[in-house]
Amino acid sequence: MTPQVTSAAMSATAAVPTGHVLAVAAILIAIGTFGVLLRRNLIFMLMALEVALNGAALAFIGAAARWGTADGQVFVLFIMVMAAAEVAVGLALILQIYRRTSTLDADILDTLQG
Amino acid sequence: MTVLFYASAAVATVGSLLAVTRTKALHALIYLILALFAVALCFLSLGAPFVAALEVIVYAGAIMVLILFVIMMLNLGPESWARERRLLPRHAWLVPTIMAGALVGLTLVAILGAPQQATQAASVGPKAVGVALFSTYLIGVELASVLLLVGLVGAYYLGAKK
Repeated sequence: MTPQVTSAAMSATAAVPTGHVLAVAAILIAIGTFGVLLRRNLIFMLMALEVALNGAALAFIGAAARWGTADGQVFVLFIMVMAAAEVAVGLALILQIYRRTSTLDADILDTLQG
Repeated sequence: MTVLFYASAAVATVGSLLAVTRTKALHALIYLILALFAVALCFLSLGAPFVAALEVIVYAGAIMVLILFVIMMLNLGPESWARERRLLPRHAWLVPTIMAGALVGLTLVAILGAPQQATQAASVGPKAVGVALFSTYLIGVELASVLLLVGLVGAYYLGAKK
């Protein structure tokens, strides 16, 4: 199970290097973080979180493709289940917040004085 | 397959960037769905056809429609577009750009500086995923079903009119 990779082996298979997949995953996670930091509307923050979750899923798929196993794909399925539950509860919270305060601006919602 | 990966990775990056920076919620959502389709194509090009199909069906299909419904219920009209634009002044971009840029820059230097290892060209089909899912990760499947049930009950309770 030693990684036996040289540049010659890479060009022979003509497959994507694992590092490039991880780089794209890192870029997606950074874009998601950027969105969460930038936006103040709760809906947009939730959408940016989805982008970051997709980056994490892509990293798992890259690892699965590196070793040629199904385990990484299984974890992406778990990420999807987690995202579905997170979006359902998050959107219910957003609807309730909007009903009570008529705003989604995260800077106005400071009654907890955090 | 290599070309497919790089092309869809570029589309995913641009789509995600547009999704987190648009001021109209529906436009952002459409760009997010575009990015999800591109990520699904990345999965396909990396030999994960089952997850690629589920990404389109579950993520781009079900979860995004959920967000779409809530955007419709919130009734975000032209005045909300103007409010979003007010919430994004020029100076608000500076700190997130620096922080996310530093994060991605350092990570890219670390990842791309290390010796590269090729991915396997063979694709892992639904059968192998199903076998792994219901043997090795059976406890994970049960926990995921409990999580979905809790999410369902929680969303119902939180979303009810009180």
